[in-house]
Amino acid sequence: MTTRDIVLIALFTALTAVLAVVPPITFPVLPVPITAQSLGVMLAGGILGAKRGALSLILLLVLVAIGLPLLAGGRGGFSVFFGATAGFLFGWVIAAFAIGWMTEKFWNGLSFVSATLICVAGGIVVMYAIGIPWITFSAGVPIGKAFIGSVTYIPGDIVKALIAAGVMVTVKRTYPIIGQAA
Amino acid sequence: MLTELYIPGDSPLHSARPAWKLAALFAFCSTVFIVAHPLTLVIALVLAAVGYMMAGLNASHAFAAIRPALFVLAIIFAVQIWLADLGTATYVTLRFVALLAAAGLVTYTTTASAFTDGILALLSKAPAWVPRDKIALAMSLVWRFIPMIRSQFEEVREAQRARGLDRNMVALLVPLIVRILKNADEIAEAIEARSLD
Repeated sequence: MTTRDIVLIALFTALTAVLAVVPPITFPVLPVPITAQSLGVMLAGGILGAKRGALSLILLLVLVAIGLPLLAGGRGGFSVFFGATAGFLFGWVIAAFAIGWMTEKFWNGLSFVSATLICVAGGIVVMYAIGIPWITFSAGVPIGKAFIGSVTYIPGDIVKALIAAGVMVTVKRTYPIIGQAA
Repeated sequence: MLTELYIPGDSPLHSARPAWKLAALFAFCSTVFIVAHPLTLVIALVLAAVGYMMAGLNASHAFAAIRPALFVLAIIFAVQIWLADLGTATYVTLRFVALLAAAGLVTYTTTASAFTDGILALLSKAPAWVPRDKIALAMSLVWRFIPMIRSQFEEVREAQRARGLDRNMVALLVPLIVRILKNADEIAEAIEARSLD
């Protein structure tokens, strides 16, 4: 870890915190508003890579835990880790790592399509694989029912994967971080 | 600037060490889950209420800790009535209320800087392979970066509004992130020039 790595990690922690206050995008067809915050998760992995991306989300969760209202809707403090949907928060760290790892693997031929697939695999499949069992465990709701309850968020997550992929590919062209010898 | 959720006061809960409060919270939550009995839950809710009274907080503070989860709790309550019965639904929902209220109590009575001091004190006892200076540096940098990135985001949004692109997330994020990455090089150089490495 160089000083530059530390600075990059802290910058993406701050970016993800700032994305929480970006007004949510609402689509007429979707029942739930889309907050921009989980874009930060995809971008931390997709731009910084697995290790730095995951560390930047861990840092965010630590700051949230000590009482800073950095999550969307001004949420923060310890209580966010005890709710029924806390699995999705812990999932951020794993999702950022997974997205970063896959981006590093496919870095040389990274296209908009492969970046989108990476964001869907890490930001949706991995996230739900952690978030939904957590609902089952903490609220005693069977997996299938918990999944149905979460399905309404998937269209928004796909929109975010497309946005993140667009950003990842453009930033790779103009200011690549992962390609440099780490 | 950054706000925090701390509510000032001078109760024993406010002055207790953060590490003890965390240990107590952990024990509280584990007990509620492991000793799964309605009586445990009643005791837990009473304890949480006593805690709020001791800290000089009222019901509206406790409600504020639960409110963000209210929507999800309502769904869980409905699903549980449908799957099981009213008793189970009430039990599961009140268990969340107890956990959220207790966690909120720790947050309300502890400043972020008390937690930070606690973390740094723990780090000073950590084995040598833990990069404690770097962890401390990263934590303190975020405090500075959040207002910085917020104002840069506003600048980018103003510029893209002139082009009619202020609702296009890619057009907002790409310039912002390239700026952030350029900043990183300069900031890292500045830190190293002060030989903090």
